[in-house]
Amino acid sequence: MLAYLTRRLTSLILSLIAASAVIFLVVEVAPGDPASYMLGINAQPETVAALRDELGLDQPKIQRYLSWVGGMLTGDFGLSYTYRTPVAEMIATRLWISLPLALYALTLAILLAFPAGLIAAATRGRAPDFGVMAFSQLGVAIPNFWFAMLLVLGFAITWRIFPSGGFPGWDNPLQAIRALTLPAVALALPQAAILARVLRSSLIDTLGEDYIRTARAKGLTRRQTLWRHGVRNALIPVLTIIGLQFSFLIAGGIIIEQVFYLPGLGRLIFQSISQRDLIVVESAVMLLVFAVILVNFLTDLAYALTDPRLRKG
Amino acid sequence: MSRNLILGGALTALFLGAAALSFLWTPYDVTALDIPARLQPPGGAHLLGTDHFGRDILSMLMVGARTSIAVALVAVGIGITIGVPLGLAAASRAGGWMDELISRSADLIFAFPSLVIAILITAVFGPGALNAILAIGIFNIPVFARLARGAALSLWTREFILAARVAGKNRTRISAEHILPNIANLLIVQCTIQFSLGILAEAGLSYVGLGAQPPIPSWGRMLADAQTLVSLAPHVALIPGLTIVFMVLGLNLLGDGLRDHFDPRLRVLRT
Repeated sequence: MLAYLTRRLTSLILSLIAASAVIFLVVEVAPGDPASYMLGINAQPETVAALRDELGLDQPKIQRYLSWVGGMLTGDFGLSYTYRTPVAEMIATRLWISLPLALYALTLAILLAFPAGLIAAATRGRAPDFGVMAFSQLGVAIPNFWFAMLLVLGFAITWRIFPSGGFPGWDNPLQAIRALTLPAVALALPQAAILARVLRSSLIDTLGEDYIRTARAKGLTRRQTLWRHGVRNALIPVLTIIGLQFSFLIAGGIIIEQVFYLPGLGRLIFQSISQRDLIVVESAVMLLVFAVILVNFLTDLAYALTDPRLRKG
Repeated sequence: MSRNLILGGALTALFLGAAALSFLWTPYDVTALDIPARLQPPGGAHLLGTDHFGRDILSMLMVGARTSIAVALVAVGIGITIGVPLGLAAASRAGGWMDELISRSADLIFAFPSLVIAILITAVFGPGALNAILAIGIFNIPVFARLARGAALSLWTREFILAARVAGKNRTRISAEHILPNIANLLIVQCTIQFSLGILAEAGLSYVGLGAQPPIPSWGRMLADAQTLVSLAPHVALIPGLTIVFMVLGLNLLGDGLRDHFDPRLRVLRT
């Protein structure tokens, strides 16, 4: 286990180094100088030069990369070029929308997918199974931002149950959750479709095992076998998928936030891109990538803990 | 031929056909504005209605199909032409440093949230179809590399490969002449899946304004324009959305159908 942990930790750190280098390089080669962009077209060259100096844009690339990474490690993400406020603060406030949204969507996806997957596996080849599989095919094919628009049309414009966009803040938690409901549903649908399908096939595989036949032979009913032996064993691959999905939900939120005008991380990234506030873009994207890589790492770890065979892999 | 294969093939052919036809003929000119005829519902002179500029939606969808298909297709092409040789090379010297390098790099790219990076790339290098292709294509490379490696690995232990080695063929030749034809089915199935994911990704990128730029019609852009009009004229949002759904559904069904048809499980895993 220790060897496995060391190996996984090494690859986690290597991934993070590679990710930060890629993000830094991509943003570095971006056309346009942030300093001249901030000062406008009428700025004096000396002013631009002074600002470049102040922002540290004059330093060699490698030094800027190291100070960026070093800063992030100590929680100092630098100052936004545009707003002159700490990037860490800007990201933290946005995170309070994006993270709850992803968790909310994940919960909904699981609540939807589990019964669906169970029913499909239990009624394999019959009508309910076909229904679930058709739903799953459809769920994967629907672009979630379009589904979001349909939700707005139905539940915000026609029936006025949920707000069509915006976020009132967490002062009133009930209103906040109401504002996040439609975005969460839109995000959850394709993930629920995938999850239901994985659960179904995992259950069907498990139900073909010898120990299931043994359980049936010793007199357990179909339902008892399904619950006591089937579901428990089928859960392992499902957990991995859930871990992966969380990363998808964090990233997928970027587009959904656009649909609902939610001031989350995704909108921060888009705003900063249009304002050439590159330091915010770099740090926000790095944070997203870090979250994704970390969740994948933790999933692998949880997986290895439950299934010793995987530690060798 | 299964039902999936027929239905998926027909849907895919329909969209490919519509895109091809748009080069020769569309019901209306997609750049022609006709403000008095704006937001007309489907039926009548405009079969699928008009948008807020009075442009014919059917014509825009046909031309938009071109953009979507071109972006997704080239992105799949990038994935195959770079990913498959890498995967084959890795499998031909399994366990060697090259295999290690290629496999680890693939793992690394997989760990990135592709959408975030695609947004970063298109945002930094400027929005446009070309950058969208690159952003989507990069993430297709590890998919095909991994698939080709895995499938090739199981073939390398088979007798006919051994025979080829005894006959004096080198690893590169064996990979090209014996391994590749035997994993082609798997690759084709994966193509349809990546193609459909590419269509969705392109729609997402052009929805947030990072895909093909106006006046080139694209499905995602049409949905973005429709967003503020959805209560006024639901068809401007419903029709492009359904188009994407049917295209993706068609490709997924085609992929499922082809997989069952080829039954790669029997061919590749039977070692």
